Amino acid sequence: MRAFHGIARRLGQRLLASLPALFGVVVFTFLLMRVLPGDPAAFFASGPNAGPEEVEALRREMGLDQPIPVQLLHYLGDVARGNLGRSLSTGQPVVDDLRRRMPASLELTFCALALALSLALPLGILAALRPNSLTDHAVRLLCTLGVCMPTFVSGLLLIYTFYTLLGWAPDPSGRIDVFVSQPPEVTGFLLVDALLAGDAEAWLAAASQLVLPAATMALFVLAPLARMTRASMLAVLTSDFIRTADALGLSRRQVVLVYALRNALLPVITIMGIVFSTMLGANVLVEKVFSWPGVASYALDALLASDYAPVQGFVLLMAMIFVMVNLAIDVLYGVADPRVNVG
Amino acid sequence: MTAPLLSIEDLRVGFSTRHGLVEALRGISLGLHVGETLGIVGESGSGKSVTALAVMRLLDRAGRISAGRISFRGQDITHAPRHVLQPLRGAAMSMIFQNPRAALNPIRTVGLQIADVLRAHEPLSAREARDRAGVLLEAVRIRDPLARLDAYPHELSGGMCQRVMIAMAIACEPALLIADEPTTGLDATTQKTVMDLLSETTARRGMAMVLITHDLGLAAQYCGRIAVMQQGLVVEEAPPHKLFGAPRHAYTRRLVAASPTRQSTIASLLPEASAAPPAAPAVPRGGRLLEVRGLVKRFAGTTAVDDVSFHLDAGESLGLVGESGSGKSTLSRLVCRLLDQTAGSIRFDGTDIGAVPARGFHRNPHRRDIQLVFQDHGGSLNPRFTAFQSIADPLKLLAGLGEGEALQRRVGECAERVGLPAELLGRFPHQLSGGQQARVGIARAIAARPRLLVLDEPTAALDVSVQAVILALLDRLRREEGLSFLFVSHDLNLVRMMCQRIIVLQAGKVVEEGKSDALFAAPRAAYTAELLAAIPHFAPEPSVPGTAG
Amino acid sequence: MSATLRHAGWVLRGNPVTLAAGLGATLMVLLAVFGPALVPYDPVASNVPVALRPPSAAHWFGTDQLGRDVFSRVLVATRLDLLIAASAVTLSFAAGAPIGAFCGYVGGRLDRWVGRLVELLMAFPLFVLAMAMVAAFGNRVENIVIATALINLPFYIRFARAEVNIRRNVGWVEAARASGNSHAQVVLRFLLPNVLPAMAVQISLNLGWAILNVAGLSFLGLGVRPPTPEWGILVAEGARFITAGRWWLVTFPGLALMLAVLCFNLLGDGLRDILDPRLRT
Repeated sequence: MRAFHGIARRLGQRLLASLPALFGVVVFTFLLMRVLPGDPAAFFASGPNAGPEEVEALRREMGLDQPIPVQLLHYLGDVARGNLGRSLSTGQPVVDDLRRRMPASLELTFCALALALSLALPLGILAALRPNSLTDHAVRLLCTLGVCMPTFVSGLLLIYTFYTLLGWAPDPSGRIDVFVSQPPEVTGFLLVDALLAGDAEAWLAAASQLVLPAATMALFVLAPLARMTRASMLAVLTSDFIRTADALGLSRRQVVLVYALRNALLPVITIMGIVFSTMLGANVLVEKVFSWPGVASYALDALLASDYAPVQGFVLLMAMIFVMVNLAIDVLYGVADPRVNVG
Repeated sequence: MTAPLLSIEDLRVGFSTRHGLVEALRGISLGLHVGETLGIVGESGSGKSVTALAVMRLLDRAGRISAGRISFRGQDITHAPRHVLQPLRGAAMSMIFQNPRAALNPIRTVGLQIADVLRAHEPLSAREARDRAGVLLEAVRIRDPLARLDAYPHELSGGMCQRVMIAMAIACEPALLIADEPTTGLDATTQKTVMDLLSETTARRGMAMVLITHDLGLAAQYCGRIAVMQQGLVVEEAPPHKLFGAPRHAYTRRLVAASPTRQSTIASLLPEASAAPPAAPAVPRGGRLLEVRGLVKRFAGTTAVDDVSFHLDAGESLGLVGESGSGKSTLSRLVCRLLDQTAGSIRFDGTDIGAVPARGFHRNPHRRDIQLVFQDHGGSLNPRFTAFQSIADPLKLLAGLGEGEALQRRVGECAERVGLPAELLGRFPHQLSGGQQARVGIARAIAARPRLLVLDEPTAALDVSVQAVILALLDRLRREEGLSFLFVSHDLNLVRMMCQRIIVLQAGKVVEEGKSDALFAAPRAAYTAELLAAIPHFAPEPSVPGTAG
Repeated sequence: MSATLRHAGWVLRGNPVTLAAGLGATLMVLLAVFGPALVPYDPVASNVPVALRPPSAAHWFGTDQLGRDVFSRVLVATRLDLLIAASAVTLSFAAGAPIGAFCGYVGGRLDRWVGRLVELLMAFPLFVLAMAMVAAFGNRVENIVIATALINLPFYIRFARAEVNIRRNVGWVEAARASGNSHAQVVLRFLLPNVLPAMAVQISLNLGWAILNVAGLSFLGLGVRPPTPEWGILVAEGARFITAGRWWLVTFPGLALMLAVLCFNLLGDGLRDILDPRLRT
């Protein structure tokens, strides 16, 4: 009960503390919009051949003739109401576009994270249990090489190997083979929807499309995660309380899994926030390489087409995800470490 | 006589380091019978902890038993594999460590940690283990034991954590308990309660105990037999009264002499230092040098120093005694003008230096008059400065010496005054021993010829033999240079030897002030009496050799 | 100084990986300086008859869709990539280290606020931020430098702050104050020299990260524009032909990119050992 209250209070505090950051991002995106080269009204007008009157009318309509603080207030109001403007290229409200494409990005990111964690943790632990062994050297080499490999290069090389050369992977474009019927949309996550529909064929098709991009992204974050796991496990294994546990005859299993691992995971949890946000960044590159129809490729296409409302919406969305992820990590940490609830 | 519980025969342990193999134990033999208490005493690097870890087979990867034999209840465990050791550890032989808070798992409740030990050796349900853990906490005299079962180590004090450690160690009624510096880092009063508990518990349950400590007095008070270790060898082994009454080995004699007692004086700590000149006559007491009135320092909510007033005459040495959290370090920083007080005045030689903010005090002419000697000598030296540069720094800034011969000469002089060989002046701190670092720190403090030296636990981090040398050096410097001392320490014995007058601090307040001898003979405050009682005293017969000199 | 050199030599002998990384980094810098003078072909001149040829004696890394020599293009790109990354890192170091050191030394409320802000910023998808900035400021090389510098800034502030903070209350800082040093002197004469080695390590590691960022941005079509040879652009152009089996277009610039990052990362790890005086004997 006490622990629960502690976590709830901490959650509240963190939520409050992240509000300024969120506000900062909103203002920042607004300012980006303002300093964009050229006249926003001209972009939003029907085309390059729009007359000056039309642009002027649009400017008034968009409130661009108002002083900047007033414009900021309007903008904040719009954001609060969930109105992020309209995309020029798709003609749809940005919010709808983002909502439609969000599951694709999240599915990819979560699968990659799960993959990375399920590899990085055992590898890091194994390396730490036998320092300077062959395993340890192999893991360290992997970590060193992993951080040096740009996602866009590793993604392309994976495509070349598994699609072009071996032919094991499907055509690297999109989330599901065009000839396979999509499962009825429930959550937007194809793997989940296919399961819900009991459609094995669709599930396999979606999964096989997902393997390469998820592996690419997992490779990218595998290195920092494994490195951190190894380092913190090594530090914990030489700490006093492990020696105590050994001195009092606890089993190796108990010492490694309960005493060492749980403590070693604490620093890993704290870097999860940074890892997750680098993944959000890497998403842009991976989605482009694999023509993945997620929010990042949507924002990138819009950016290259000088269509700024989607970019703004995308940055805001990332900020929101980032706040939620950090809150989740805080809760997780609060559960894992009793010391944080004090004071 | 029955077979010994534990026997160590000609044990050798080596550590592989980047400088090759280093022998930590060079063939030691020890034996211990059921129910016996053995103290292993030695200074840092003597191999006493390595002995304990070797017995428990807990040496880290770099350490290896290269020769010899360890047997427990007649069973050879010198090279026994983990599956043989694991049932023994905790159940037949246990160990408790220094720094109890770090020795407990920070994210597991103490109840669960005790239960883990119980369930590792006995088939118990979680419920039964928890009940037993509660009984154990009661046995180590933790108040409200059932509520404490759900506490995490960070919610308990250091002394409480050590009691929890003891509860874990005795949980399965082992025949042998090894205590490795169990009270180092704890306050004197806590040390006494923990040691009393430890000795009563082992006696009541008929356990044998090995107490490893650097404190000869502690070992003497609680052990039936003491082994003295030096550089990986046991140099002498005897019951306490024999060890103190008639130490045979030269090292033991030095160690016994250097360990401060109620009777010892600065001179008696170093009986062999005949080369030391006879103490110079004390400088005649001058006028009032320091006058502190109503000093208060608050940090965010807590009051570290609470309305403290005292004075110090020129040439006098004043002791400031208190346990951790008493505010003694804060007080010394206030006097040194490294910290601004919340209220109160500090008058030095008639001028109110307390009115000068700490951030601007480096420009004040009195900056060179008040200097500081630190507890952690190594940590008080800039790792990127050589010994020469460290000593030269105040000379350049406070005595106005530029680079040149005068500076060279004065640094050389200071080094000579503190007994630092001139060839060490080019070395970096990490290339110096603890005693040498202390000398550099003292040389730096006296370089600009201060009038007041504030000494913040100057020997707390040193071995007793080095401590004796440094104390003698400080005392000589005070007399010869006509310095005044504000000597801060937790150790009443040291303060008694070094100071004419003593102030006792508790929770930021002065609880007693008086002449050293009077305060020692008849303390007025209950707290002072408690502090005095907590000093381990080991001389059953006062005929300690060396006191005569 | 000679002691430092001797120590460096001693560390390098026992640490061949760092030695190799140091040589690799030096080679990279030399190639950046002299590369354009050494290349066998004009990196931008097209020669359509030999388009999309695999690696051969004439074209070590093959040719691209316009018949341009991939080897020459990869080599020439070194200068631009290193230059952008190095300028960005220099900028963020020059701005971040003093801010961080100041906050760390002064402490108090300002420090707590800066600390919290920096932590928040670091957890934000910085690459996304860089994309947005390049898009907003305009698609030019200077703006890539600025964007990369800005997203690196929080790391330097945090690093300098943490390094100074742990030393703020150590004995030798108090001792320096007692010896008559002002706060400014303590920071300049005592704290900075002690913090610099750790910062050097950080700079080296960061250089690798900055290179990845720059290449990533141009891969997306932000910043440097084709036909300028730049590793990210080379990969992006090659990407179109990867499913057709033209592996050399992606592999060689990708390898160059990886090697550069690898060298600076390993060098950073090695520098830590060389510059730590506690390891000296």
